[in-house]
Amino acid sequence: MSILLKVENLSRSFGGIHANSDISFDVKKGEILGVIGPNGAGKSTLFDLITGFTKSDRGQVMFKDKDITNVRPDLICRMGVGRTFQKLKPFADQTLLENVIVGALVKEKSLKVARDKALEIIDFVDLIEKRHHYAKELSTGQRKRLELARALATDPKLLLMDEVTGGVDQRTIPGLVELVLKLKKNGITVVTIEHNMKIIMDISDRILALNQGKRIAFDTPKKISENSQVIDAYLGKVDAT
Amino acid sequence: MNNISAKLLEAKNEPLWYFNKNSLIIIGIIVLGLFLFPFTSPSKFAIHLMMMIFMHAVMAQSWNVLAGFSGQISLGHAIFFGIGAYACAYFYVKFHITPWIGILIGIGISGFVAMLIGIPILRLKGHYFAIATLLIGISFQVVFQRWPEVGSSSGLWIPINRESPWSSMQFHKSKVAYYYISLLFFIVTFFLVWLLNRSKLGYRLRAIRDQSDAASSLGIHVSKYKIIAFIISAMIMAPIGSIYAQYVLIVDPNNAFNVDISILVLLIAVMGGVGNIWGPIIGAAILIPISEFSRIYFGGTGHSIDLVVYGVLIIIICIFKPSGIVSLIPRSFREREKAK
Repeated sequence: MSILLKVENLSRSFGGIHANSDISFDVKKGEILGVIGPNGAGKSTLFDLITGFTKSDRGQVMFKDKDITNVRPDLICRMGVGRTFQKLKPFADQTLLENVIVGALVKEKSLKVARDKALEIIDFVDLIEKRHHYAKELSTGQRKRLELARALATDPKLLLMDEVTGGVDQRTIPGLVELVLKLKKNGITVVTIEHNMKIIMDISDRILALNQGKRIAFDTPKKISENSQVIDAYLGKVDAT
Repeated sequence: MNNISAKLLEAKNEPLWYFNKNSLIIIGIIVLGLFLFPFTSPSKFAIHLMMMIFMHAVMAQSWNVLAGFSGQISLGHAIFFGIGAYACAYFYVKFHITPWIGILIGIGISGFVAMLIGIPILRLKGHYFAIATLLIGISFQVVFQRWPEVGSSSGLWIPINRESPWSSMQFHKSKVAYYYISLLFFIVTFFLVWLLNRSKLGYRLRAIRDQSDAASSLGIHVSKYKIIAFIISAMIMAPIGSIYAQYVLIVDPNNAFNVDISILVLLIAVMGGVGNIWGPIIGAAILIPISEFSRIYFGGTGHSIDLVVYGVLIIIICIFKPSGIVSLIPRSFREREKAK
């Protein structure tokens, strides 16, 4: 599999806090890469750096062999990198359909074509019956699907998903996981931040583990689950003495 | 994503926009009534009142394009009213250019000034942007007070022309012509904003208003579209300044760049409903008669009384109907049918 995204020594500090320090990894075309780490590990900052929402202090982000380091977010989207947010950002006073049309307009010139494409994607995320509902009227799980649909409407080659199952009830989680797997089947490369370890182990081809802004592991799920640094980061270091 | 479900097919067969027949009929009757209104032998005051409603509705709509569609609160919109007024008056007084062309010049200059102002200040967000527009508005007033070419503090007096009323846009025998001019601008503006609301630009501006980060993540160049909204907003505001200048035949910095204009258009839009194209019409139809009648009944003190009334009404609206009076109208009568 060819490399779609390559991140090298990406770093960003906020005052004295090193949110990301020399993070390096790559994402292969068609894979699901899981990103894990305790709260404050720098996962969302990493997404912000890749998508241009935060400027990096140093390092490089290459997407399809093009340098996209510190490029504006709208241009990165147009290059084929979509994203969702940890803190949901729906266009609350607009309908689900209108939300997704905004995404579809990135590639489509005609409003009618953009509307039809938006409807197809809304159907894909199983929300077709809610298309005329205002975003503010949707449940958290439905809003997660809305954000996903909106990002998909931009025709991303790479999709960064920030905590897709975060904040939703247990009954909703399997549907969302199934949706992520459907994306992979449709040829979309996914990088997903996830706190639910069972889910991340089940769906990921590889996992990037962060702690305190540093990369502590980057490997297959099996090896990650056996990695002592990852175990320490999640469970705390056991004092042998 | 290729399997087409029955529900998807049904959704694709829906029209892009819903038109409520009842609301279209009501709008048609109202527009016809407005055109026929001068034939009912109304008083001069009634004609004046209707003109003021049309003009303020257009100005509030201009503010609404910026604030309601792209989420930027301007406290300096009088800048563009003043530019429209001065452009029309200046070119008529100095070069005898017909005000009809003067209106177009005013629109062009306003758009250009909006771009020059917008590029640096639209990087600001929220109250920082509002404060910047307020200060720039005041500075325009100061500059024009000290600019001899445009008459400094005395402003420009537009010479009376009784020979060619249409080319000089001066109608001294009756206000009816001014009524139809302002009605025309009112209808054209609302039609254009209605189109804007349904355009790709409208979608993008509303996205920026609701969540600028999310809009950016969807390929929208936020700063560029904010500037476009600011330019459109300024270009809508300017012709009202031009028409007003020809109506009162004098333009001076204290009136043309008065911060009260900026605040008034904001109040009209907020009262009617920000972000809704009907909001400015409803707001103007309520606030302008209050302003005019309070001026009549309270004489010289009318100016402050109407502001007190505005204040009370705005407080009531903010407490009980923060989305404006338009939200009292049943959803099916508004421009879109949603949330079936």
